[in-house]
Amino acid sequence: MPEAVRPGHGQAGTGAAVVIVGGGVTGLSAGWWLARAGVDVLVLDKGIVAWEASGRNGGGCSHATSPLFLEEQRLWPMMDDLLGYPTEFSPGRIRIAFDSAQFDLYRHLARAGERQGFATDILDPAQTRALVPLAGDNVVGAYHYRFGGHANPHRTAQGYAWAMQDHGGRVQQHTTVLGFETAGGRVTAVQTNHGTIGCDALVIAAGPQTGGLAAMLDVHVPMAAARAEMIVTEPLPLMPLGGVDGNGLYGRQTLRGNLAYGGGPHEWITLGEGMAVPPRSSTPLLGPIAGRLAALFPKARHARVIRSWAGVIENTPDGRPVIERLRTPDNVVVATLSSIGFGLSPATGHAIRDLVLDGACNFADLSTLRLSRFAGLEQDWMRQRGWVPLAA
Amino acid sequence: MPDPFSIAGKSLPVHERAQLLVVGAGSAGLAAAIEGARLGLSVLLLDENPVPAETMGDDIPLLYGQAMSGAVRNPGAMIEALVATEPRLAEAFEAGVDVRLGTAVWGLYANGPSVGWLPGMVAGITTPEGARLVGFDRAIVATGHRDMGLAFPGWDKPGVIGARAAVQLATRYQALAARRAVVLGTTAEAFAAAQALSAAGVEVVAMVECAEAAIAADPAFPVLTRHVPIRVEGAEAVEALVLSGPDGDVRLACDAVVLGVAAIPTIDLLDAAGCKTVFDGRRGGFVPLLDAAQRTSIPGIQAVGDCAGVWADKTRDRRIAEAEGVRAARLEDVSGVETGPDLAAYRLGWVRDTVLAQDGPAAPHVCRCEDVTAREILEVRPPRYLGVQRETRNDRSLASLLGQGPPSPDQVKRLTRAGMGVCQGRRCREQVAALLALGAGVDLAAIPLATHRAPVRPLPLAALGATPEPEAMAAHWSTWFGIPAQAVPYWEITPTEGDADA
Repeated sequence: MPEAVRPGHGQAGTGAAVVIVGGGVTGLSAGWWLARAGVDVLVLDKGIVAWEASGRNGGGCSHATSPLFLEEQRLWPMMDDLLGYPTEFSPGRIRIAFDSAQFDLYRHLARAGERQGFATDILDPAQTRALVPLAGDNVVGAYHYRFGGHANPHRTAQGYAWAMQDHGGRVQQHTTVLGFETAGGRVTAVQTNHGTIGCDALVIAAGPQTGGLAAMLDVHVPMAAARAEMIVTEPLPLMPLGGVDGNGLYGRQTLRGNLAYGGGPHEWITLGEGMAVPPRSSTPLLGPIAGRLAALFPKARHARVIRSWAGVIENTPDGRPVIERLRTPDNVVVATLSSIGFGLSPATGHAIRDLVLDGACNFADLSTLRLSRFAGLEQDWMRQRGWVPLAA
Repeated sequence: MPDPFSIAGKSLPVHERAQLLVVGAGSAGLAAAIEGARLGLSVLLLDENPVPAETMGDDIPLLYGQAMSGAVRNPGAMIEALVATEPRLAEAFEAGVDVRLGTAVWGLYANGPSVGWLPGMVAGITTPEGARLVGFDRAIVATGHRDMGLAFPGWDKPGVIGARAAVQLATRYQALAARRAVVLGTTAEAFAAAQALSAAGVEVVAMVECAEAAIAADPAFPVLTRHVPIRVEGAEAVEALVLSGPDGDVRLACDAVVLGVAAIPTIDLLDAAGCKTVFDGRRGGFVPLLDAAQRTSIPGIQAVGDCAGVWADKTRDRRIAEAEGVRAARLEDVSGVETGPDLAAYRLGWVRDTVLAQDGPAAPHVCRCEDVTAREILEVRPPRYLGVQRETRNDRSLASLLGQGPPSPDQVKRLTRAGMGVCQGRRCREQVAALLALGAGVDLAAIPLATHRAPVRPLPLAALGATPEPEAMAAHWSTWFGIPAQAVPYWEITPTEGDADA
């Protein structure tokens, strides 16, 4: 068992007991969990916290196929109180189908929930329209998942950061990691554009840059980055339940009343020089997303779209997370959530806290998320999957 | 074999093409379009005017301040008025330019570091049938300027209007519902508005300046210096403006308050497209980074006229903007352009003396779409609809967001929602930036630009989605990435042993 990090074992001024690279929801949640355990923790971000996929997602909290699902479901209803800041979490989800293929596809989540003790109601068209006033005559059926929900990504991410600070943790923005110093099979310091920062333990949770950072420690974390787009409308009167999607879209009605939705084609991209995330350009794909949203909510078809945006998201070869404490160097935890990080973040942070302090996750079996599943991965796995960037 | 759920191998229909697309039929855009046609190019000149009355009601694209008369509900007459008041429109028709009025451009798109699927450069435009894509080889953006909003109690009452909107309504459409105006600010644009309104029969009651001295002058319009607006009086609309000055309060009876404090280059389309921008206080604030032939950082997109920079001489003499248009069409370099003085500190002064000076229960909303006050912006408070306005824990100082960098308006808007509403930040964007500069004690130039996003005009879902989804897209449309293994429940997966490096 690797040596544990002891609470308070920091190097004030010159470093921290735990340095976390990446100020997205995963890193910030981990920082908050560690800080509330009394650990001296410092989160580094190359720019502003939650500026990448953490602040550009649909806000869904319903990952019933993940080993972290039960903890996700346990924590979300408590998060506002635990953090002391509003997350806008709202429970429950409805997914609407317009044809039997969609209806069959969306049954998947119901089955996964059911196996773990969570009910799902099947709604007929009339029941659907009663719960979803914006729905129309094109509904074939819907699932009302009595679990999961949605929250506001911006507010949640900042809530983690502030709550962590309230427990004595620190965030350092606009700080780029250039390399790591190791000694005796451990990372002892992080080299940045603002100097060298000593550490007893390191967490790498840097989204699409996680692979490049891990490579600096000779650890291979296979991942590819893609661009995906979302749109948001002007505010509309609140529906009884905001977590309504379907018709190939994910998203929610926010507590302010805006419809925020995405879905459809993504574009594989390459990171630039120094792992730089290229401009997160949106494209005319807002048209097809708007068309699908107008079909999902015919009574909102005249609602005006006021923004579209894109985010850059990483995926591992099987689309599933990696959350692992490495054997060498033995004081490093690597986490990539592979495009499903926001909703799981309360649980992920807890798992990372356990891995850092105790060497193993105390509440869930993370053995399916090990890096070793990629041991036999082909060199050209991206090409084999057709995950090939189009941009020059 | 590309990932079937990715954009590879898919496309969206492009309905028409032009060699040269010109956006905006003001002085610079008309000059560029006419010159382009003279050079033998197929030229498409689009202008959103006359904009629908409902759009004007949301202060889009200008700060109309509900000061429109019923005349704005007659688009036919408005088009006639546009053609009658701008002779060069007819000249463009005759030169063979495809001129379309009432057509807004809501997005410009080009392939780049993260986009490779577009069939060349395209523009999103509005048509009566819905949104369409137009392909182009080169675009010249000439979207003009708008006015900075300025919050004081009552600034949301009908009759508080931007200088540019007031002049447009009064002189082009005869549609300004006002007879007596007070003009705030002493910029060249404020005086130009005073002159134009006066010529159109509107009495200019006073010009108002918060500073010791006016920054421009016209003997016909005396200036009340060291005065700031403290409230609008009027039940339904502006009936009077109350100023605070060195000798006490002054009440000016009027039915319009014209904001001429700062002319802002309209860069929404350029910024949303990804053109690099730079803050230049001598050009009105954030402007596209341009070379000597008006080229932006995106090859094939140029910017001319006020959206490329506003300064006094350019406001007074339309030939400067026209020359930019002609040069841009010819791709001709010019160097040594004289601009004006840096007005960033002047703008900050107005926000400090007016917006920041207002506090307490009567404090106005700086962001009127989302009801956010200056204090709420500076304390980064969660929005009121969450009902968490506790005095502890839920409000943080601006300092709690700082760290190795200036405050980011984008970060502040995500948390307070200032700038996230239907007007797309047109009323509050520059005020928020100024508040952050004042709050952090830095120059206005240090505050990053709050991002603009397409569509830069609010468009109904039904209009944006009017084009049927292409078959190839529909056949392989996934909610999320469509990676089969991602959907497999963890209990159906056989765990691997040990560590990767074991």
